[in-house]
Amino acid sequence: MRLANICHLGVKELRSLVRDPIMLVLIVYAFTVSVYTAATAMPETLNKAPIAVVNEDRSPLSWRIVSAFYPPYFVLPEVIDQAEMDARMDAGLDTFALDIPPNFQRDLLAGQRPTVQLNVDATRMSQAFTGSGYIQAIVSDEVRTFVQRYREVPELPVDLALRVRFNPQLNKSWFGAIMQVINNVTMLSIVLTGAALIREREHGTVEHLLVMPVTPFEIMSSKVWAMALVVLAATAFALTAVVQGWLSVPIEGSLALFLVGTALHLFATTSMGIFLGTVARSMPQFALLLMLVLLPLQMLSGGSTPRESMPEAVQYIMLAAPNTHFVMLAQAILYRGAGLATVWPQFLAIAVIGSTLFGLALTRFRRTLSTMA
Amino acid sequence: MSRDVHAQIEDGGGAPVARLRDVSLRYGKVRALDEVTIDIPAGCMAGLIGPDGVGKSSLLALVAGARAVQTGQVAVLGGDMADAHHRRGVGPRIAYMPQGLGRNLYPTLTVSENLDFFGRLFGHDGGERARRIDALTGATGLRPFLDRAAGKLSGGMKQKLGLCCALIHDPDLLILDEPTTGVDPLSRRQFWELIAGIRRSRPGMSVLVATAYMEEAARFDWLAAMDDGRVLASDTPEGLLHSTGAESLEAAFIRLLPEDKRRDYRAVEIPPRPEDDGDAAIEARDLTMRFGEFTAVDHVNLRVPRGEIFGFLGSNGCGKTTTMKMLTGLLPPSEGRAWLFGHEVDPHDLATRRRVGYMSQSFSLYTELTVRQNLELHARLFHVPAAEIPGRADEMVERFDLATVIDTLPDKLPLGIRQRLSLAVAMIHKPEMLILDEPTSGVDPVARDAFWRRLVELSRRDGVTIFISTHFMNEAERCDRISLMHAGRVLVTDTPANIVQQRGAETLEEAFVAHLEEASGEGEAGEEQTASLDTVNASGGHREPQGWRRMFDPRRMISHARREGLELRRDPIRLTLALLGSVILMFVMGYGISLDVEDLTFAVLDRDQTTVSRDYTLNLSGSRYFVERPPITDYADLDRRMREGDISLAIEIPPGFARDIARGRRVEIGAWIDGAMPTRGETVRGYVQGIHAHWLATRAREAGYGEAVAGLVNIETRFRYNPDVKSLVAMVPAVIPLLLMLIPAMLAALSVVREKELGSITNFYVTPTTRLEFLIGKQFPYVVLSFLSFLLLTLLAVTVFGVPLKGSFLTLAAGALLYVGAATAVGLLISTFMRSQIAAIFGTAVLTILPAANFSGMIDPVSSLEGVGRLIGEIYPTTHFLTIARGTFSKALNFSDLHAAFLPLALALPVLIGLSAALLKKQER
Repeated sequence: MRLANICHLGVKELRSLVRDPIMLVLIVYAFTVSVYTAATAMPETLNKAPIAVVNEDRSPLSWRIVSAFYPPYFVLPEVIDQAEMDARMDAGLDTFALDIPPNFQRDLLAGQRPTVQLNVDATRMSQAFTGSGYIQAIVSDEVRTFVQRYREVPELPVDLALRVRFNPQLNKSWFGAIMQVINNVTMLSIVLTGAALIREREHGTVEHLLVMPVTPFEIMSSKVWAMALVVLAATAFALTAVVQGWLSVPIEGSLALFLVGTALHLFATTSMGIFLGTVARSMPQFALLLMLVLLPLQMLSGGSTPRESMPEAVQYIMLAAPNTHFVMLAQAILYRGAGLATVWPQFLAIAVIGSTLFGLALTRFRRTLSTMA
Repeated sequence: MSRDVHAQIEDGGGAPVARLRDVSLRYGKVRALDEVTIDIPAGCMAGLIGPDGVGKSSLLALVAGARAVQTGQVAVLGGDMADAHHRRGVGPRIAYMPQGLGRNLYPTLTVSENLDFFGRLFGHDGGERARRIDALTGATGLRPFLDRAAGKLSGGMKQKLGLCCALIHDPDLLILDEPTTGVDPLSRRQFWELIAGIRRSRPGMSVLVATAYMEEAARFDWLAAMDDGRVLASDTPEGLLHSTGAESLEAAFIRLLPEDKRRDYRAVEIPPRPEDDGDAAIEARDLTMRFGEFTAVDHVNLRVPRGEIFGFLGSNGCGKTTTMKMLTGLLPPSEGRAWLFGHEVDPHDLATRRRVGYMSQSFSLYTELTVRQNLELHARLFHVPAAEIPGRADEMVERFDLATVIDTLPDKLPLGIRQRLSLAVAMIHKPEMLILDEPTSGVDPVARDAFWRRLVELSRRDGVTIFISTHFMNEAERCDRISLMHAGRVLVTDTPANIVQQRGAETLEEAFVAHLEEASGEGEAGEEQTASLDTVNASGGHREPQGWRRMFDPRRMISHARREGLELRRDPIRLTLALLGSVILMFVMGYGISLDVEDLTFAVLDRDQTTVSRDYTLNLSGSRYFVERPPITDYADLDRRMREGDISLAIEIPPGFARDIARGRRVEIGAWIDGAMPTRGETVRGYVQGIHAHWLATRAREAGYGEAVAGLVNIETRFRYNPDVKSLVAMVPAVIPLLLMLIPAMLAALSVVREKELGSITNFYVTPTTRLEFLIGKQFPYVVLSFLSFLLLTLLAVTVFGVPLKGSFLTLAAGALLYVGAATAVGLLISTFMRSQIAAIFGTAVLTILPAANFSGMIDPVSSLEGVGRLIGEIYPTTHFLTIARGTFSKALNFSDLHAAFLPLALALPVLIGLSAALLKKQER
């Protein structure tokens, strides 16, 4: 009988959702257009980096260096004079400004080891690092090829054969697409359950439920399964149709295994949604709480920046969040093709976190119910 | 009432206050009004009567200008209501009180603040407002409650306050949509005395009322009977009685109905109750409920035998609902005990719940489910066997006459039918007891009688015990016994006839009012009323703003801003979350988003195992970027550990590595990088290359190749603005614009959508407030709040995060002010599309987070973006404020360097507000 109640109430939740056209549009948007734009708008690590060159030498070599920068890594460099350089960097027009000194070619051929100055706007962290590496390599290469025409340049015979696994081109859109799906999974599941609970409260229907022979556990479970199902279906669609189809991102591992992981994650996040729904007393409060919870979950889970780069305390605290484990298992399964034998610790962690959250939410739900009526 | 008006109506003289010609109105497929043509006479009490859902409310909303005219012509106060110019002109002369208790009030604001808001809207100055508020609250008896929040008032007081708000600007036309529905008899009587008093002092005022109380309608000057979107007849009450030959208005109305509707009507007859078998269905002893200091229910004792219809009467807020909630187990009592069917009430007793049907006062059906789905859901939840459900549902549909609406959503149904549906739902599991909390509030007489016939049948035929609360005296008279309740205490419990007799009164209503007046000791309230009301109008009419002020009156704008600000201050949780939230998020992002990657894990598959190969490994593990893990044993191990994510980098040193180097033979070191996370992969690649080159140079120097290998050219890299290349320094100035977009946009969007959802948006529809005044007024408090938040964030950045503000603070602050204006305007723009708060939250999150975080140059500069992202980035306000924030924080710039970024920001504000104003609807459609 109890299962039947959970089932019927869940069907009611689904029907309510179907009647909310804006919600449906947003769900569709979140799992299609939003994923697509997030994936394609994310530029490659170094994409069209704005660069300017102060060419004080105006020799064949310096022009060679200028013409060595071209798309897609760099925009075609602006050749400017020294006076413009600072103003352009201040205005944020260039990330890089390369200053080639006068008599650069002459000094080089004379073996005097001249100095080229590379100015980097270090507030643009993402380009600053990799970009300056690229520029150094490009300049060195051009110089070496140029010099080799005149004399032999000795070198050590040790090569470094770099191979990038799982994403050989380090294609950011592969990563962006799936992380966007993951972020939207978390956001939607929290919003759908939490807001549905608050709406029931504002419309007085919770009170109505309470005079019926249903328990808080049944009410809550029904919301959890119904909303989790919606998001799970949307995730499966997004991964197959949008990520694999539209964006042609290859998925290495088992989609089914990933969806099982997603279901576990949804159990945790929908419970969290209910918890927030009992804490907030009105929609605006819920909205703010949502921001407070959602952004840290997304930012610190390892889905946007590597966990290694966070302070250790943050890394430990974030182990308590289901997202952290979900991101780990998603990366392992989808990119590295890992199986259950590899990712079971994450599954276990999410299950434990989910059960704890469910228990907490249920306790709170029971307690606040009596004050709602 | 006023005989001269009757004469005027009969002569057909005098211009009507409203003239409708062929007016039709549709909501989707539903036709609410069907070619209505009618003149509503001026200067009198005009009433609309008729069942629910026949178009009374729609007609009133059209006359008030709250709803847009679709077809036909609506002329009010001598002009066309389809003409926006005319609407703006007559707006201040019309007052409209929508249906529902306190729908046009702001629940968190106090009585005086609510009144003050409306006074300001109509341009009264401080003295004028104080005088009017004093007079109005004096007349309505609200004066002692000036500082009580409107949401905490009882139903009757809410209606009085609503009326005060409507009357504050001396309207020429007062439109009241079922103002006394759900209000107790005493308050109702006071309400009409109040209107009569106002009309005495302003004889020219026209009043147009929709009502469900026929005894009220009988006292009006002119009535229009409506059914099915049409006007059946209009005349004076006497005229209606005369032309139909009926004795009461109720009977007259029924005779006016078309034949097929009249056929079903029968008067309610109550057969005598069989002898009491002494078995109590409900029993309560000393039931008490306290909320803090306030005692809502004070030692209530009740005993209701099985099969009785027990009426529960009392003034609004006297504790009826609380008592019912305690009986159903919804609220645990503070003191005392209650039994249902001999079992003590226990919230965990699911078996007893199954024997009880409860219908709460606030309509609580699932509005997203159709009538059939509602019935079926409830049948299932009450564990009606699956095989019986369709039959049971059909039985209910037949019994409660729901066949025509079976696949409709409850929201689309008139109140009377919804209440019928509620009862059907409460009955579907065939309970032995029904607890009904004001089930007939707002239901028309015909439907009410039908409802009662069903109750009587349930009680007498099926022996169902019925515990019902009501405000209708004719319903109370039908009960076997009634209790009168006041201020948490039961005053008297007896049969209706005995109560009338004991009191020596003529009717039950008189007896009831006498009991209430005795208990509350406010018999003299009526005297004060008329006296004080005369002073309201002493100063004459309102001052109509002239010239440009008609389009944009700063006073009205400030009035909205003040009110929004007050509401915000009343919600300390929202306020703290808004401020504290930004701070917490700043910590999260400041420390969380870091692009300097350190402590990357790597492991080595060393097939050489010489000092040279170990030296190479040491070179890696010695750097601060890498941490070494146990060595790799073979390729399978390498593969497994990379899949697990245990290592981000694997190095393979070939056999004979040291030997080959010594012989000058080419060797190749293999490096595998985990590319699952591209940014990290990229960083690892850079580090490995760098470290490799460094190792080569060191080896070369040791090997004596000298300078040549050290490089032909010296590249000197200067990391400007952030010489240590610290993420924190780069991120903190970028996080401020992000946070100042998300939170202000969401707050602003919700502030508008919330009014839409809760109904107070009607005040914007029917007052002279223009779109710009409304929007800017709403925006203002959030701009202030967001600017405070900006100051707080900047302070934190400088102190806690230690990110120096090198440039001009004033420039930054000016940019921030423009920016939070734009951010709140983005929220307002989003709000014009959204109807529900959930959608607004979700929509704002989706529409602000992605552009602000990804397309505005926070991580990658806009010039490096492509496609749609680039386009959005170029115009999104965050991009430009980010330039200002980074410029002032990191680059030591001031206004002259950054003026280019100010221009788009300054443009964004008027563009966004203009768009919002263009899209915001001034009328409901």
